[in-house]
Amino acid sequence: MDDRTPPVRAPEDPPIPEPSEAGRGTPVGRRVVLGMLGLGAVGVAVGGAVQDRLDSVLASVSAKDPTGVTGLLPGGGGFRFYSVSDSIPHRGESDYRLTVGGLVERPAGYRLADLRALPQTRLVRDVQCVTGWRVPKTAFSGVRLSTLLDAAGVKSGGTAIRFNCFDGVYTESLTLEQARRADILVALTMNDKPVTAAHGGPVRLYAAPMYFYKSAKWLSGITVTEDVQPGYWEHYGYDVDAWVGKSNGRGDDPTS
Amino acid sequence: MTPLRDTAVAARLRRFTPAETWVHRSVTWLLGICVLTGGCLYFPPLAEIVGRRRTVVTLHEYSGIAVPVPVLLGLLSRAFRRDLGRLGRFFPHDWRWLGTALRRRRREPSLAGKFNAGQKLYAAFATGALLIMAGTGVLMWFPRLAPLVWRTGSTFVHDWLALAFVAVIAGHVWFASIDPEARRGLRTGYVPRWWAREEHPLWRPEAPQDPPAEGP
Repeated sequence: MDDRTPPVRAPEDPPIPEPSEAGRGTPVGRRVVLGMLGLGAVGVAVGGAVQDRLDSVLASVSAKDPTGVTGLLPGGGGFRFYSVSDSIPHRGESDYRLTVGGLVERPAGYRLADLRALPQTRLVRDVQCVTGWRVPKTAFSGVRLSTLLDAAGVKSGGTAIRFNCFDGVYTESLTLEQARRADILVALTMNDKPVTAAHGGPVRLYAAPMYFYKSAKWLSGITVTEDVQPGYWEHYGYDVDAWVGKSNGRGDDPTS
Repeated sequence: MTPLRDTAVAARLRRFTPAETWVHRSVTWLLGICVLTGGCLYFPPLAEIVGRRRTVVTLHEYSGIAVPVPVLLGLLSRAFRRDLGRLGRFFPHDWRWLGTALRRRRREPSLAGKFNAGQKLYAAFATGALLIMAGTGVLMWFPRLAPLVWRTGSTFVHDWLALAFVAVIAGHVWFASIDPEARRGLRTGYVPRWWAREEHPLWRPEAPQDPPAEGP
């Protein structure tokens, strides 16, 4: 329908010969910003549940994705690389040594071949990071930490273990009781291949029931100490006893 | 450098005041650091090259939380406030610009004021995105502020919005890269009149126009 009467206009209004930016217009900018803030708030409220569902979808997609692009999406499955040092340290057959010392009867040094010659244990568990990501069913194998401790003979004063890493920066700790658990390994393989340098190889700690920051990469030193000396992240507020689902204010399903 | 003809000086028009170019430059640097460090925290290949996680996290946190500061300082400038007003409001021709862009994949310059509808939407999106990224970032930065479900939700929003934001910023940089006069406008504050007539014909500059005595 075409209404022929001219639009009513205040007499002082000048005629508008062409489109212009006079007048108030529509506050689209404000609406966009407020709409986004509303969506953002909804996202924060339901995001945890949505990401859980997305994780399983993305995990199944990325399993069939030869390009690996989905692995780069949030929750696209797979590990994220965290390192506190300035580069990835590399050690191999010739220059790798794991020392066991501190309050022990028989301090020892192990080469890779020595570690491989000891009884191996293989565990398949989920890996849970304290920042939220979880990688299902990851296999680690290696020597039980308790095997090395028994071989060294812990002296009576020793109640805790301190771990050093050959990146020169990272440290971790466990109580002696935790360290003797059957699911704490000095890991040599991950998913049945030698642990790569990026994943902390050739030897990393694998503390199955704990958040993954406990599983120190590039493990080079095991020292029995009188009491627990908090590790690297624990100086920045992470819990020392890092049980998955029962620490760091998180409620994840246990991994072990 | 482009040779500057005498006529060119007279033919130039003030598009941004020094305060506005300062705001844009500061936001560019801070947001640039924030995006780069974010990439280094997020993409395993980059993370492996860079390492130094705590340093990168600290840079990311402080550059991110600082992004709004130059914008807030910019509010002291009347020209900046006026341009915010222009960016925030849609007029009938803006809807037509948007329709043309969506239907014919064409940016119709004849329907643009000082800012076209795409630039207006970008400004609004960037504002909203910055506020959300800052809010969710703070929730993750200080874990004791909020219960765990909020932090997980914040991570979800922060991660996905970051991807979208980077895509949109890439578009912003792309449009800048194909228009040297627009870039010059942000660098020097001045644009040629022919450019303003062609790209922003509905722009009515504020009164007194005093082109600079010297070239940039």
